[in-house]
Amino acid sequence: MKKKLTFAAALLAASVIGGMANAKQLVYCSEAAPAGFDPSPWSGGNDFDASSRTIYSRLVEFEHGKTTISPGLAESWTVSDDGLEYTFKLRPGVKFQTTDYFTPTRDLNADDVIFSFERQWKKENPWYSYLEGTGWEYFTGMGFPDLLKEIVKVDDLTVKFVLNKPEVAFLPDLGMDFASIVSKEYADQLDKAGTRQQFTQKPIGTGPFQFVDYQVDAVVRYAAWDGYYGGRQKIDDLIFAITTDPAVRAQKLKAGECDIMSYPAPADIAGLQADTNLKVDEQEGLNIGYLAYNTTMPPFDKVEVRKALNMAVNKKAIIDAVYQGAGQPATNPIPPTMWSYNKDIKDDPYDPEAAKKTLADAGVKDLSMKIWAMPVSRPYNPNAQRVAEMIQADYAAVGVKAEIVSYEWTEYRERGKQKDRDGAFQLGWTGDNGDPDNFLFLLGCDAIGQSNYAIWCNKEFEDLLKKGKATTDVAERTKIYEEAQVVFKREAPWLTIAHSKVFMPMNKRVSGFVMDPLGIHRFDGVDVTE
Amino acid sequence: MTDQSAAEATAASVQPGGRQRAFAEFWHYYSMNTGAVIGLVVFALLVLVAIFAPLVAPHSPDEQFRDALLAPPAWQEGGKSMFLLGTDAVGRDMLSRLIFGARFSLFIGLVVVVFSLTSGIILGVLAGYFRGWVDTLIMRVMDIILAFPSLLLALVLVAILGPGLFNAMLAIALVLQPHFARLTRAAVMAEKNREYVVSAKVAGASHIRLMLVTILPNCVAPLIVQATLSFSNAILEAAALGFLGVGAQPPTPEWGTMLASAREFILRAPWVVTFPGLAILITVLAINLIGDGLRDAFDPKLKRS
Amino acid sequence: MLRYLLHKLALIVPTVFGISLAAFAFVRLLPGDPILALAGERGVSPERYAQLLEQFGYNRPYVIQYLEYIGRVLTGDFGISIATKRPVLGEFQALFPATLELATIALIIAVLLGIPAGIFAAIKRGSWFDQATMGVALTGYSMPIFWWGLLLIIFFSGYLGWTPVSGRIGLQYFFKPTTGFMLIDSLISGKSGAFRSAASHLVLPAIVLATIPLAVIARQTRSAMLEVLGEDYVRTARAKGLAPRRVIGLHAFRNALIPVVTTIGLQVGTLMAGAILTETIFSWPGIGKWMIDAIGKRDYVVVQSGLLIIALIVMAVNLIVDVLYAVINPRIRVQ
Repeated sequence: MKKKLTFAAALLAASVIGGMANAKQLVYCSEAAPAGFDPSPWSGGNDFDASSRTIYSRLVEFEHGKTTISPGLAESWTVSDDGLEYTFKLRPGVKFQTTDYFTPTRDLNADDVIFSFERQWKKENPWYSYLEGTGWEYFTGMGFPDLLKEIVKVDDLTVKFVLNKPEVAFLPDLGMDFASIVSKEYADQLDKAGTRQQFTQKPIGTGPFQFVDYQVDAVVRYAAWDGYYGGRQKIDDLIFAITTDPAVRAQKLKAGECDIMSYPAPADIAGLQADTNLKVDEQEGLNIGYLAYNTTMPPFDKVEVRKALNMAVNKKAIIDAVYQGAGQPATNPIPPTMWSYNKDIKDDPYDPEAAKKTLADAGVKDLSMKIWAMPVSRPYNPNAQRVAEMIQADYAAVGVKAEIVSYEWTEYRERGKQKDRDGAFQLGWTGDNGDPDNFLFLLGCDAIGQSNYAIWCNKEFEDLLKKGKATTDVAERTKIYEEAQVVFKREAPWLTIAHSKVFMPMNKRVSGFVMDPLGIHRFDGVDVTE
Repeated sequence: MTDQSAAEATAASVQPGGRQRAFAEFWHYYSMNTGAVIGLVVFALLVLVAIFAPLVAPHSPDEQFRDALLAPPAWQEGGKSMFLLGTDAVGRDMLSRLIFGARFSLFIGLVVVVFSLTSGIILGVLAGYFRGWVDTLIMRVMDIILAFPSLLLALVLVAILGPGLFNAMLAIALVLQPHFARLTRAAVMAEKNREYVVSAKVAGASHIRLMLVTILPNCVAPLIVQATLSFSNAILEAAALGFLGVGAQPPTPEWGTMLASAREFILRAPWVVTFPGLAILITVLAINLIGDGLRDAFDPKLKRS
Repeated sequence: MLRYLLHKLALIVPTVFGISLAAFAFVRLLPGDPILALAGERGVSPERYAQLLEQFGYNRPYVIQYLEYIGRVLTGDFGISIATKRPVLGEFQALFPATLELATIALIIAVLLGIPAGIFAAIKRGSWFDQATMGVALTGYSMPIFWWGLLLIIFFSGYLGWTPVSGRIGLQYFFKPTTGFMLIDSLISGKSGAFRSAASHLVLPAIVLATIPLAVIARQTRSAMLEVLGEDYVRTARAKGLAPRRVIGLHAFRNALIPVVTTIGLQVGTLMAGAILTETIFSWPGIGKWMIDAIGKRDYVVVQSGLLIIALIVMAVNLIVDVLYAVINPRIRVQ
């Protein structure tokens, strides 16, 4: 214990050499404690921020603030003509982090890459089940077990991935968090010591920051990794101060207790913008918040009824009251920043009179229904309960009685998936790559019982979806998806509520932070002035 | 035998007059306590407001004035006289919601006290009267309930039953009920061997009659004080559960729930957070003042000095 | 004395058994599904679901699950958190000092202010001091502390900027925990300003948590003192011409102490319940917040073992209070 203490002190001292006493420190008020520091078993954005984006790197990396990829640990790659073989040339001389608990004896090589994937893939790998109940849900969710045929070590610095079928998105997939590269040497060392658990508690990677300390549910400390292949960071210490309440985060930012924060509450944004010490970066979110009707249950199986209910809702008022203006009314199921967004589509107008008339024409009288409200705040819908209250009031104005229901978060989603679900269901989606299919698949026939909460299977839409996936030409795909949006709006399986804006308030002394469209918080390249 | 019955009969016939006198004496002591009287007056006002809420409230508690979101109280700059205490995030009148909220809080207190008092008395009488394994079983279960911090237990129970006002009340009643059981048991044990009980027993009174008619009325004073305390506790706990998001569900104008859903506006619109909290404080304080007054009026020992 | 202690311990055994059964049963009764909670927003395939069910043993009969659970608990294994995969006991040990520190300081505040206030109020019965103190105490007793905490944050952290908003110590101070108590660790670290920083972070949460116990202790001390002051022997002592201070100090206070000690002991449960709210408001990394999060995330293992551990601690403290009570008041032992 004592030895460790002095070691840690030495390490700290080493990291401040040059800056002496005034090490450059950046404090990030994060929204939740990371479950662990292994980048692959978990799927929360806060887990990624604390592990994959700080400590680790990947074969390919998303460019800062974009969804396009650039070389990472792989300097270059070649793809076979049939699209089944990807051969990566690894960057030579990449160093794993040296800490008080691990000193690497070799640089990154093909073994590390193979290990990083096989531990999530092959059940016979001893690391497959090193954490009780690890699902490797992301790896599985992205279809890698079916996609990968084998990973071959050609030489120390060359790895070949062989696929079972061509996959257009394979390279971007390798830039995702679960595909982070871990150290096989470290794993072997822990194996020998019988302390595999430590792999997720004391992480080792090749990323810009190295792990220093974690006080459960309170503080994570990192230091700049001197040997980072991309060059040493300008800040010396990176600190995550875990603060779950958004109002407290905002207070801490104002009080100078942190330099930058994630997910401010919409209510606080105006106050943060007014603070002269702060600046608030903003970006259109790659998301959609919606209300899905159960299109198989009468009377919601009728398009007119769905259209009428859409017309009954005053979206503008919802944007004002719930999103506090930090969002825009949604028309299409994909956000406007996405390519292939169809600008020509007109939203259903807010017109209670017309709604009343349409309902009457459709023979619907004294309709009473349920509105489901998520129990949690999400970026695409900061307060579903309040949205439900407002929709409830709007419905009442056209003679529809609504009851608000809510369940615990996992139960909510489970119940929502049921084909005989009673009522309209609020949810949303945040994109995890820049592709329109990543949004439109939510409404596919295959997704019924999974992510298709409208239980909507439309042949025309489904055909377009399939066609889009099989096409590689972007211009052609754009046309296909534009048409799919027309079908969507005509059939109205959802009330498209809003695309929210994402805000990143920070102290003015912070520079170089780039907001990421996928909602990741990256601190490489960030600097602070004293 | 006949003597005994006669004695019982006279005791019974004397009682009404004795009760009146006892009440007069009680009221005399109670009314000397200024705080207790204030508490009673405030509480009576709250009850009236709750009963006549639709008449008293300027607006419907659910009506959303979309053009007046987060309007400040009338006396502040930008306030409107139409919304005396301002409006909340979707433009509902705070005053009206608070007035309707009084209904919920008083209702919660009442239901919880009735639930926990009834079950607590039954269990306590059974335990104290029969002793033996009945007593052991009941009191061990009470010990188990008391070993969990009340709010934590209530939280878990509500998580099991599902969030909502009714389930929250059930959970709180269960958590508060051991206090009644313990109190009743102790009182019953103390009274059980008194002369009047023994004589009634000899006179052939049944178990039930002994428990309910003979013994119980003599344990009433501490139970009333405890009931008052539980009333205010129930309001506080329900508000705490509401604050943690598992009590009454919005848009119900329950005070704790209002506070929880307004928490994000604490800096921008302090009134949406301040008033519900103040309402809880005033109500609970009034009831506790009454409780103190009752205790002092019942307790001869403190009267003396 | 030993017999009394043994008797008390014998009573506790069935209660502990009941507590473990209750904690186990509560968790099985919780709606929702631990496996789905684990899988997160993306869901899980049916095969994987079955596999995880098997792995966690949730498909076995409840009796077997319970016995296995008890068996593991007896060997000190409280299970692995579903969400973080860390041992529950380890998480508890990491977080408990924060709660203990907060609760201890709160209790110290409550005792140091509450007992003198109660004594003076009793001595000066009916004076403005008595009335003011008891008025304040009753208000404190009636306080919704989650609201009180928010008000204090707005005023002291937001408006005046005197105290930090949340956390346990300024982030510039970094040292490995030795005791887990930030006040002590900051002193040991020898860094200038560290203790001050830790204390300033602690003050608001401690005040909020102390509010109700303080009110209860002040009121209880006052009424216990009044009772004792009215007893014959105190009057006699007074009549004999003993100095009032002696009367109060020696005779009255010692006897008044008995119910006050019990009251203080009973505050442990109150403090735990209060810690849930206080920690939530101040983002204090303790076990109250841990339990709330676990209930919200349906981390079944943490809820079950956390309930068990917390209930056992409350019971242990109550036992200690009972014993202390018997030490101060020998009469109780006979019963």
